[in-house]
Amino acid sequence: MTIASPSSRSRKRWRAPLQGPALSGLIWQIVVVAIAVAIVAWLWSNAVHNLSVRRISTGFAFLGREAGMPIADTWLPYSPKDTYLRAFLVGIVNTLRVAVIGIVLATAVGTMIGIARLSANWLLSRLAAVYVEVLRDVPLLLQLLFWYVLMQGLPAARMAYRPIEGVYLSNRGLILPAIPLGEGQLRVLAAAALGAVVFYLIRRHLVARQMLDGRPRRAWPYGLLLIVALPAALSWVLGVSWTVTMPELRGFNFVGGLALAPEYFALLIALVTYTSAFIAEIVRSGIQAVPKGQWDAALALGLRRSFVLKQIILPQALRVVIPPMTSQYLNLTKNSSLAVAIGYQDVVSIANTTLNQTGQAIEAIALIMAVFLTISLGISLFMNWYNARIALVER
Amino acid sequence: MSSAADVQNPHSLSQMQPASSAARRALRWLRANLFSSISSCLITLLLIALLAKMLAGLAQWGLRDAVFTVPGNDTSACRAVRGVGACWAVIPEKYRFILFGTYPFDQQWRPAVATLIFIALFFLSTRRSLWGRKLVYLWAIALVLIAVLMWGGVFGMPFVVQDRWGGLPVTLILATFGLAFGFPLGILVALGRRSKLPAIRSLCVLYVELIRGVPLISLLFMASVMFPLFMPDGVNIDKLLRAQIAIVLYAGAYLAEVIRGGLQAVPRGQHEAADALGLSYWRKQRLIILPQAIRHVIPPLVNTFIAFFKDTSLVLIIGIFDLLTTAKTAIIDPAWQSFSVEVYAFVAVIYFAFCFAMSRYSRRLEAEGNPKA
Repeated sequence: MTIASPSSRSRKRWRAPLQGPALSGLIWQIVVVAIAVAIVAWLWSNAVHNLSVRRISTGFAFLGREAGMPIADTWLPYSPKDTYLRAFLVGIVNTLRVAVIGIVLATAVGTMIGIARLSANWLLSRLAAVYVEVLRDVPLLLQLLFWYVLMQGLPAARMAYRPIEGVYLSNRGLILPAIPLGEGQLRVLAAAALGAVVFYLIRRHLVARQMLDGRPRRAWPYGLLLIVALPAALSWVLGVSWTVTMPELRGFNFVGGLALAPEYFALLIALVTYTSAFIAEIVRSGIQAVPKGQWDAALALGLRRSFVLKQIILPQALRVVIPPMTSQYLNLTKNSSLAVAIGYQDVVSIANTTLNQTGQAIEAIALIMAVFLTISLGISLFMNWYNARIALVER
Repeated sequence: MSSAADVQNPHSLSQMQPASSAARRALRWLRANLFSSISSCLITLLLIALLAKMLAGLAQWGLRDAVFTVPGNDTSACRAVRGVGACWAVIPEKYRFILFGTYPFDQQWRPAVATLIFIALFFLSTRRSLWGRKLVYLWAIALVLIAVLMWGGVFGMPFVVQDRWGGLPVTLILATFGLAFGFPLGILVALGRRSKLPAIRSLCVLYVELIRGVPLISLLFMASVMFPLFMPDGVNIDKLLRAQIAIVLYAGAYLAEVIRGGLQAVPRGQHEAADALGLSYWRKQRLIILPQAIRHVIPPLVNTFIAFFKDTSLVLIIGIFDLLTTAKTAIIDPAWQSFSVEVYAFVAVIYFAFCFAMSRYSRRLEAEGNPKA
């Protein structure tokens, strides 16, 4: 608030320090803030009273106690004897596991459907439209329950479907062949990842050189060397074996391989198909937002259609697409909390169990909110950074 | 790979040669749209093969091998075809429960009429001639009428407690009341977020970002387990109402963002002109700014409403009997336990019908908004 001092305007008529819009503005703010504070204080005093009546102690001390809740599907080592804090960490990893893989798959599927929607092939574009319309107009929770029922209706492990050798689909979920990752394998993979980063930098440098003199430079030999050849050599030197273990049926269950639990698999399918329908519409409108002249110009240069789409249209469409895509990614992450309906133990499900076991409702819900606000913030920051990077630099 | 550029208009081709016969036109259409290139041919044939296989399988399951009626509660005929054919007999057996839940059986005409009023209300809301004050009155009357029908206790209708409500009317109530109360809230918050007063602006930003940052489920949990903690002794608010409050708060935050988009689209000159006329802040917003802002964002508002309509199904997790919960409960009955796919399909069709109608309407509005597109 600026308060006009009377001395500086001594010639004018003296005015009250606050009047008109400034005064009413201040009063409005005081009133609204006072109401908000009063409501919060009232709720808080009620809560304190109720908690003391029910003998529930507030605070996060319960996180150090033994959880005693079984978690079936986990990536982190966990046993019911661990603490609530550990259980929460397992839940967060489970949420991230479904969200990150879901985002990647939904983007891939959604982009394909979005392009198919614009295809010149009438049948393909119609089918893509039906896919989008049906999936968008049925609640995600219903789809999730539907997939889960289908999973449960699959044959038992003994009679599992085997679409490809080593892949089993049964009411135990999806079992895939896997390569067990030990220390040696991880080292080689880390080397390949490092190689990919170096390759990316080299490629950027080469593209910058091409921008200067117009001569195209080949980048792929560097990629082959850094990402494939060097790690392979390292693997050979270290003597790391890359044998694929095939899952085997022993008794009533599978041994070996990578198992995706039915709950996880159903949740992943539901999230990916549902979100891909929205992403398809975003991609379609993004491509349609690129002026037709871009197509005409590129085709007039004699470039192939697939090349034009990949190198000229999609990069421009990307700029339009990023902001709505970000909100779809956030939606997918938040929607992963529906896991609680089918018993996949994500962070919400674990918080819910904690709440029922300990009665620490406020703390459990505060933890859920903190986790999701952090994830949302992380995705937003990353996407904003990416958006700024690809934004059109105008002169 | 087929690409976006060769999107062609089949009509322009046929218009060029009006003399060609219908058969030749059809052939030309096929060539242009299904067999324009080798890759297109391959895609078409592959899709036809896939589609034929899927449709055949679906027809076999849903029609040929399906059981449509069974005598009484004897589901042995259904069990015999399990995994091969559908058991549609579950629908005539359970549809009253799925649609209206545990509402007293002989009084179920009341939720049925309430549902029809909802549908009529949605239909009338699409009429441009009613937009404005008339629509507000219409909504107020309809919502009061629905409340009277559902609760009863007057005009010779026996009183029905909220715990007995269920099914489609509950879904419609949660979505519609969520919109009816969330909308004014959203307007206030959107105005607050654009206000020049820092305290009000930051309160509104805090509210919107907090609600939008967390999943609806956590809000519903809050409503079901935390809300009672925050109330003074003796105040016991019904579960349905608590969920409704959570949905209103949730709707308010999302609607506020949509409306804010509309407010940003109103040119500055409109504000200045209103100020020049000496209108007060509220009169300026009510008479000049909001009518224009809301008109801008009607298509996204409809889309937001579709999203709420679907999101109300989440109340299943806190045990409120909406359409999805009644469907899930209907198949707890041991005789019908293994026929959930059929029941889910039935409910999916109901949800789809509502959402599809709304999304069609939203698309039509968008097309009217920019005729060139």
